[in-house]
Amino acid sequence: MLHLTDAVYHQMVAHCLTGLPDEACGLLGGDPGTAAVVTCYPTRNVAASAKLYTVDPKEHLRADRDAESAGLSIIGVFHSHTHTEAYPSPTDVTQAPDPTWHYVLVSLRDIRPVVRSYRIEGDVIAEEPVTVSSR
Amino acid sequence: MSVTVHLPTVLRSHAGGAKDVTADGATVGEVLTALASEYPGLSGQVINGDGTLHKFVNVYVNDDDVRYLSALDTPVTDSDEVSILPAVAGGAVDLSRSLPR
Repeated sequence: MLHLTDAVYHQMVAHCLTGLPDEACGLLGGDPGTAAVVTCYPTRNVAASAKLYTVDPKEHLRADRDAESAGLSIIGVFHSHTHTEAYPSPTDVTQAPDPTWHYVLVSLRDIRPVVRSYRIEGDVIAEEPVTVSSR
Repeated sequence: MSVTVHLPTVLRSHAGGAKDVTADGATVGEVLTALASEYPGLSGQVINGDGTLHKFVNVYVNDDDVRYLSALDTPVTDSDEVSILPAVAGGAVDLSRSLPR
């Protein structure tokens, strides 16, 4: 189960909406033990595409350092699907870098954004519940 | 020359769980090769068999991505920190079916 704060949830969805018409992406900083996300790191999509995303490597390094200096880790990544459902594509699965990460998809296909989270190990995709708290 | 190398979570299990390790070398390539000989589990994870940098990995010297420096030939000194992070990418398009040319 992935735990988001209200602030992280809104920051993530807002970043995806402002990224339109391209896919948007970012990293999630938190506690790997509890899967509680504390910080959202919106990043530039250097692929600048409606169908692909690549997290800016320099922003990834900055986010990684920031999370580690706070005693946290990067525990996941989010990105938008602009015209498809919030489910990992074959590309997402092939390129998933870390089986311990949480892979959050934000679908902007419908009027109301849909946020879902997955664990991806090898080619096995497992959806996990997402909680959003006001904390 | 001994350089500190910061490992991503996904590779730490190959280095006994360590977040930071040290390895000798005068270039990024030498440091990563030395690292792979000390921790065989890292072999092939960062440098390909043909001696090039793995596509799904980003390597930095201090704040700079080595792809924008001299890649694996980038020189390093004792005071430098080498960081390895996964390249994070994906997207809705199915690249396995429509390879861009």
